[in-house]
Amino acid sequence: MYRMILSLILLSLSSLSHAAINVFACEPEWAALTKELAGEHAVIYTATGALQDPHRVEARPSLIARARRADLVVCTGAELEMAWLPLVLRESGNAKVQPGGEGYFEAASAVRMLEVPPRLDRGDGDVHAQGNPHIQTDARNFLPIAHALAQKMMQRDPANKSHYQQRLTTFEQRWRAALARWEQQADPLKGVAVVVQHQGFPYLSDWLGLKEIAVLEPKPGMEPSASWLSQVLDTLQRQPARMVLRAAYQSERPSQWITQRAHINAIELPYTVGGSDAAQDLYGLFDDTVARLLKGLR
Amino acid sequence: MFRTISLCGAMLLCQSSYAAGNESAFNPAFSLILSGSYGSLQQDPATPATGFAMNPYPGHEQGFNLGESEMGISANIDPQFRGAATLALDPAGGVSVENAFVQTTAFGDGLNLKFGRFFSGLGYLNEQHAHAWDFTDQPLVYAVLWENQLGEDGVQLKWLAPTEMFLEFGAEAGKGRGFPGSARAKNGSGAGVLFVHVGDDIGIEQSWRAGLSLHRTRAVERESDDVPDLLGNSVSTAFTGDSRTTGLDVVWKYAPNGNLKERYLKLQGEYFRRSENGDLRYDTAGANISDSYAVIQSGWYAQAVYQFMPRWRTALRYDRLDPGIASVGAANAANVIADYAFKPSRTTLMLDYSPSEFSRIRLQLAHDNSRQGLPDNQFFVQYIMSLGAHGAHSY
Repeated sequence: MYRMILSLILLSLSSLSHAAINVFACEPEWAALTKELAGEHAVIYTATGALQDPHRVEARPSLIARARRADLVVCTGAELEMAWLPLVLRESGNAKVQPGGEGYFEAASAVRMLEVPPRLDRGDGDVHAQGNPHIQTDARNFLPIAHALAQKMMQRDPANKSHYQQRLTTFEQRWRAALARWEQQADPLKGVAVVVQHQGFPYLSDWLGLKEIAVLEPKPGMEPSASWLSQVLDTLQRQPARMVLRAAYQSERPSQWITQRAHINAIELPYTVGGSDAAQDLYGLFDDTVARLLKGLR
Repeated sequence: MFRTISLCGAMLLCQSSYAAGNESAFNPAFSLILSGSYGSLQQDPATPATGFAMNPYPGHEQGFNLGESEMGISANIDPQFRGAATLALDPAGGVSVENAFVQTTAFGDGLNLKFGRFFSGLGYLNEQHAHAWDFTDQPLVYAVLWENQLGEDGVQLKWLAPTEMFLEFGAEAGKGRGFPGSARAKNGSGAGVLFVHVGDDIGIEQSWRAGLSLHRTRAVERESDDVPDLLGNSVSTAFTGDSRTTGLDVVWKYAPNGNLKERYLKLQGEYFRRSENGDLRYDTAGANISDSYAVIQSGWYAQAVYQFMPRWRTALRYDRLDPGIASVGAANAANVIADYAFKPSRTTLMLDYSPSEFSRIRLQLAHDNSRQGLPDNQFFVQYIMSLGAHGAHSY
């Protein structure tokens, strides 16, 4: 038994290999961004999948084991991972990646937060004190986040500073070009009225000028009830919307209920990398998001 | 860092969400759990499980009851330490300290040191607070072998191996204040625990954890009242001797696409086996005869929890105990019952509804066959509400 354990340990120690940095990414979009910026210089583990509700992840043993060996933890922050990350980091026994430490990065700290609640009361549902954490739906946010993340990686791995600097410059150029393309394609979406299933799209709406007129969840994080959905339906009869948006990880039932009655399109958005077949990287994520939104206009 | 700030300034985008210039900004996270229940039982809940009269038997409450309200306070103390305390408010009045510990945050190398009063890391359920239980009560094996939960005053050191798979080793040394130990005024440690946990994911949909625990303590004059004897009386006894317990635990969880919000299934089981060896003083208030006593008690449970749609869960649990056959010294052979020839069991069914992550309402039905000749059908309604800071739950 002991020999087995010992050889297991030695085996995995040797598999730590010589990759420059070991990155623990909380969500797929940050794994993808880290890959853009680090290339082969990072071994990246993604803690959650595109089909998982990021609010509802457990502090699984596997996550603790991965955090133990991480040099850098890249997360959204703004309390999105509040239900599991603090415990994972504490149990990991890894001093470097504790909040505020040299190996801890929160994307939300680099962008302007929307929907910061004027008051904090759980009577308002599962609100986040620092604002809506779903920042990855606005493609513009990736520029300041990429900049801040690249700085962090240069600090963690100073030997490869020029590598990160170069990749950051390349990313910024490509991303600006892509932004211009997406914004041009999405021009017909300006001012279009939409319904959202969860308050997960304020950044997307802010970016593309969508007008959110109703939310299917009565309060953030609360399941839509039949009576609430009827109220939404009333709103839609007075103020029609073109489509109802939901993230890939969300149940299609509430959206379907509305589309059948209000005769509008239900649009499932990938929400993050891996949320659809086309969303294989960050570019694919927004290509597909814009394409699906445009389909909703038909 | 400076680059980030200047970037924020240039784009006029960033705002400070930490602006707070008063003392309360450093207040620790505070949470309060409110819970209560209604219980309907056919038998007297004070009657212990057959063969376990010398063990604790935390029974159930009948009628309307305020459960224990639990107050939790936690915060980082400084860059090295974090402190947490849980105070239980007894409905009859009084406050007891459930947990009050300090843990290190900056050791690194996978080491975590905890000291103070804490729930022991043995088994799977032992560390979980009552509000996180999947049933209104603990499995029988936890009730009789650990008086629901083993709390310890002492030190815990855990080391997480730097392996791909989760592999954690833990050791505890403590006062031995809770059953099966008996707190004694002495130097050194009164109880020791060793445990190892392994766990991993299987794809994105399944995860598991398994554990092995060893507990060792010594009981001195551990008194029990109302213990039945061979003469048909109820007497008081006192046990002095060594107590060694081995435990095995396994948990497996499955969620389609790994999305716990929609549906999930959790299977878990634990087995404990305790060997006690020493002297038993029979009828401490009367005959007062002391002779050797050794017994192996064991028990297990298996349960399944199924969330069949968001917010709704149902669960089934089966419990079984084995009081063992005791070796009783000659002087007490005609007094102390050695073989009860009965194995207590119980089947429990649970349904709960959680309007949000912070509230839960539960119904529970149990067919309890833990007392020979006294089958009991039990019915419970329970609410569990959590206010304030809502910390992360363990796996």
